[in-house]
Amino acid sequence: MKISVIITLKKDVLDPQGKVIHQALDGMGFDDVNEVRQGKYFEIDTKETNPKKAKDKVEEMCKKLLANLVIENYKIIDAN
Amino acid sequence: MKSAVITFPGSNCDRDMDVALKKFGFKNKMVWHQDVELPKSDLIVLPGGFSYGDYLRCGSMASKSKIMQSVINFANSGGMIMGICNGFQILVETGLVPGVLLRNKYLEFICKNVFVKINDKNNDYFKNINSNVLELHIAHNEGNYFCTNDQLKEIEDNEQIAINYCNQNGQVEDSFNPNGSIKNIAGIFNKEKNVLGMMPHPERMIDTSLSGEDGSLFLKNLINNLK
Repeated sequence: MKISVIITLKKDVLDPQGKVIHQALDGMGFDDVNEVRQGKYFEIDTKETNPKKAKDKVEEMCKKLLANLVIENYKIIDAN
Repeated sequence: MKSAVITFPGSNCDRDMDVALKKFGFKNKMVWHQDVELPKSDLIVLPGGFSYGDYLRCGSMASKSKIMQSVINFANSGGMIMGICNGFQILVETGLVPGVLLRNKYLEFICKNVFVKINDKNNDYFKNINSNVLELHIAHNEGNYFCTNDQLKEIEDNEQIAINYCNQNGQVEDSFNPNGSIKNIAGIFNKEKNVLGMMPHPERMIDTSLSGEDGSLFLKNLINNLK
């Protein structure tokens, strides 16, 4: 079973990379962009077949390793 | 006095630290990250470098290494642990010191000498040191110290800020902040002040013919405090 995770920076954490990407987009003519925030995306293929159990395990992974909860939020996307 | 430096895959200041500690009288041992037990030590050092290629977040993979459980136990029993640069990043990822280290504000790798002000001498690291300002070297891409407002209040209330970026006269101002760190923070303690994480490298300032001597001042003082 594959489960996806998206990690994003919390709102009040400065994202200098996102800012530079925004500036670059602006320079390329995409001048209607309000803000860009950069994040991370993971695809986790697990042997677990029970979607609830798999999701719980991935949540534990997020808390223990994938995200740093001081600065990041995680969002688990439903198993396919 | 006995010390141990932990080498992770990608550490690159471990041998410099070994040389520096021995120069000032420590009997130092190198410890591999896959070891389980620490040798009997008065000081454990997590060195600088790029452990695990800085994958995921700097220090995050190293913080889950086999040896780290012993390091955490050592810290919790009052043992002295010093994390330098990547070692600081590993410490924040273990949660032994609060906060995180983000990418430098202007997205550049910074490699230069800086001045830091010793903010607190009420601890075994800086007690009796004969200076209030040290000139040390920094070399990092992720040294931008950040924490939540609640954490900052706690850190300030407990006087956990160890050193701040400043000028040579010890003035702590925005213009002397190289990387965007909150409150110019360059190093921080845990609550009990037995764990110190800092971005500057004292081991790079132990030889006047190569650099400066303020690292010597710090390490000499440290071993005297531990005796």
